[in-house]
Amino acid sequence: MKKKFKLIDLDCANCAAKMEEAIKKIDGVTDASVSFMTQKMMIEADDAVFDKVVEEAVKCIAKVEPDCQVVL
Amino acid sequence: MDRFTKKQKKELKSILISLVIFVVLMIVEHLVLPSAGLSDGPESAPPQPVLIAGIIVDILYLVPYFIVGKDVLRKCLIGIKNRQLFDESFLMTLATIGAFGCGEFGEAVAVMLFYQVGEFFQEYAVGKSRGSIADLMSMAPDFANREAEDGSVEVIDPDDIEVGDILVIKPGEKVPTDGVVIEGSSLVNTSALTGESLPRLVSKGEQVISGCINGDTLLRIRAEKEFDDCTVSQILELVEDASSRKSVTENFITRFAHYYTPAVVIAAVILAFVPPLISGHFAAEFGEWVLRACTFLVISCPCALVISVPLAFFGGIGAASSKGVLVKGSNYLELLAGLDTVVSDKTGTLTEGRFRVAMVEAAEGYDTDAIIRYAAAAETGSTHPIAAAITEACEKPVAQSKIKDVRNTAGKGITAKAGRDTIAVGNRNFFDEEGIELPELAADVIGTNCYVAKNGKYIGTIIVADMPKKGAEEAIREMLKEGVRSVIMLTGDSEKVASAVASGLGITDYRAELLPQDKVRVVEELLNGLREKTGAGEKADKKRGRLAFIGDGINDAPVLSVSDVGIAMGSLGSDAAIEAADVVIMDDDLGKIPAVMRIARKTLGISKQNIVFALLVKFSCLILGALGIANMWAAVFADVGVAVICILNSMRMLNRQK
Repeated sequence: MKKKFKLIDLDCANCAAKMEEAIKKIDGVTDASVSFMTQKMMIEADDAVFDKVVEEAVKCIAKVEPDCQVVL
Repeated sequence: MDRFTKKQKKELKSILISLVIFVVLMIVEHLVLPSAGLSDGPESAPPQPVLIAGIIVDILYLVPYFIVGKDVLRKCLIGIKNRQLFDESFLMTLATIGAFGCGEFGEAVAVMLFYQVGEFFQEYAVGKSRGSIADLMSMAPDFANREAEDGSVEVIDPDDIEVGDILVIKPGEKVPTDGVVIEGSSLVNTSALTGESLPRLVSKGEQVISGCINGDTLLRIRAEKEFDDCTVSQILELVEDASSRKSVTENFITRFAHYYTPAVVIAAVILAFVPPLISGHFAAEFGEWVLRACTFLVISCPCALVISVPLAFFGGIGAASSKGVLVKGSNYLELLAGLDTVVSDKTGTLTEGRFRVAMVEAAEGYDTDAIIRYAAAAETGSTHPIAAAITEACEKPVAQSKIKDVRNTAGKGITAKAGRDTIAVGNRNFFDEEGIELPELAADVIGTNCYVAKNGKYIGTIIVADMPKKGAEEAIREMLKEGVRSVIMLTGDSEKVASAVASGLGITDYRAELLPQDKVRVVEELLNGLREKTGAGEKADKKRGRLAFIGDGINDAPVLSVSDVGIAMGSLGSDAAIEAADVVIMDDDLGKIPAVMRIARKTLGISKQNIVFALLVKFSCLILGALGIANMWAAVFADVGVAVICILNSMRMLNRQK
C-alpha cells in the first residue's frame, strides 16, 4: 500500500532528509519519501503492517523535528 | 501583515523585542559604562559600581538571548533526549554557550539573534517560493456547480462530484472535472494545462478537461470522472511526486550533508584542544581556541545546500509545467540537460499522423479544383484515410444524390458514376486492371499517388501524404542548437517517404521500414553506441550522452521505457501515455522540447552556482575562522546568509517564467 500524508511545520530541509532516511529503515517499508518542498510524506509498505509502520514513522518525525506534525 | 503566518508573526515579534534589548545593552556596555569608568582617569581600574554594573549588563544579556533563542534551546533539549546530536539547534546552542563561557556575552546574543533572523528569512523565502509554484499550477478548481434534477444549482466541493453529475460552468469558471458537453458551446482556455494561449472551441458532445477555464458562454457538462481521477488531479500528483525522484545532484548533496556536519564538529573539537595543548599555554589560550571552535559549529549546518538544490529543481519542474510540459522527476530534468541523441517516431510525432492532399497534378485542360471535385465525388462513401483526405480537401462537393454505382476494389481503387460521367480513382495497379493508360510521372513522390480518370481517360494525379507538423523543422533546428548531436527518425514507412520527410525537416538520420518491435532494438543499439563511446563500467555510464525518445504515447511504451528519457506528445487526457512516459508534452508542439531543455539547463546551472557558492563561503569561513580572522558573525552569515542567497537564486527559476 502506498499512502501520502501532509506534514505541518516541517521547517528544515536537512531534517526532511533525516526523516526520510529513518523511515526507510523501519521494518516493512518498501519505499518512503519526505518532501520538504511539498511538505508531504509518502510511505509505501506491506499492507499487513501498514498502520504500525505509520505509527513508527510518526515517532521518527517527532524525534527529528519535535514541532512537525503529521496529518493522519 | 497578512503576508506572514501566525508562527512567523510570533517569531518576528520575539526577534524585534530582543533586538531592541540587545541594542540598548550594547549602548550601555560600550558607551555608558566606559565613559563612567573613564571619569576617574584612564590609568586606574574601574570603580566598584562600574564593575558591578558590567556584571549586571552581562547577566541582562541573557534576557534577549532567552527571548530569541527559546525555541532553539527547547529543540536542543528535545534533541538531546532523542539522541539527535548533530541537530542544528544543538550546534547553535553549544556554540553560543561556548561564547558565554568565554565571556563574550554580546557576541553570543548576536549570533543567536542573527541566526534567528536568517532562519526567519529562510522560512519566508521558502514559503514564498512554495506559493509561486502553487500559482504556476493554479489549475485545480476550488468548487463545482452541480445541477439537481429539479434544475436547482448548488455549489459543491470538487471532491463530491460523482460520475454522471450534471455540472454548470459559468463564464470564467474552471472546469471542475473531465466531462462531456451536453449543452452550450464556448471557447475554453487550456493554457494552465498545455501552455497554449489560443483558446479551444468546444461544443455539444465534445470532451472538456478539468482545469481549463471557460470562456464567454455557459456550459453544461456531464461528469465522466471523479475529481481524484481527472486530468488535473493526476497532473498535480505527478508534479508533487516528481520531487521524490531525486537527481544525481540532489543525491550528492544529501550524501555530502551526511558527512559534512560530523566532520566539521570533529574539526571543531580538535581546534579547541590541540593548538593550546601544543603551544604549552593551555590555560591562557584555551578560551580563544574555544571561541574559534564555536565559529566552526555555527558553520557546520548544511542547510543552505540541502534547501537550495531541491528548490531549484522544484522550480524547474514548476516552470516546465507552466509551459504544458510535465517532467516526472528531477532526474529527468538533469538528463534532459545533457541530451546527445533524440530519437523520434515519425507518424503523429513529426508528422500530423493523418493524410492530407499535398499536391495535385492536372492533365491538360483540367484545373486542380476540378480533379479534387471528381475524385471526392467517387470517394464520398469511403472511409479509407486517403478518401477522407480527398473529401476534406474538396470545397464544393458534388451532391450525394448524383452519385451512383459505386464499385470499390479494396486496397486498389474505386469507380463511381457522378451524373453522366464515370470516375475512377486508384493506384497504378488499379488503372492497369481497368485498362486506363497513365502517363509517366516525373514528379518526386513524397506520398501516395491517387490517379483520377474520367470516362476512361486520365485527367490528373492527387498526391496524398502525411505532412510534417508546423514548427517541427524549427523545433529540430533548435534541439540541434541546444547541443543535441543527432536527431534520428524511426518509421515503418518506405525508405522513399522517410528520406523525403527527413530531408524536409533537417533530420540527421533515419531508419525506415521498421516493424514496431524493431524500434526497441534500434534504440538499444543507439544506446550501446553511446556507451561504447565513454567506455564500460558504471562510472563511465553516468557520463555518457543521453538518449531521448519522442513518441505519441500510443503503442510505444516499450521504447519509452528503454530510452533514458521517454517523451510522450499530445497526450492531454491519455492516461496510458502519461503513465508510460518520463516527460509528457500536453499538446502537439514539438517546440516545447527545446524549451524544456533550456529550462533543464538553467535549473542545473542554478543548482551548480548554489553548490559552488555555498561551499566556497563555508570553506573560506572555516579557514579564516581557524586562523582567528573570521568571527562568529561571519560564521552566521556563512550559515543562514548563504542559505537565503541560494534560495533567492533558486527562485529565479520561478520568476523568469511569467
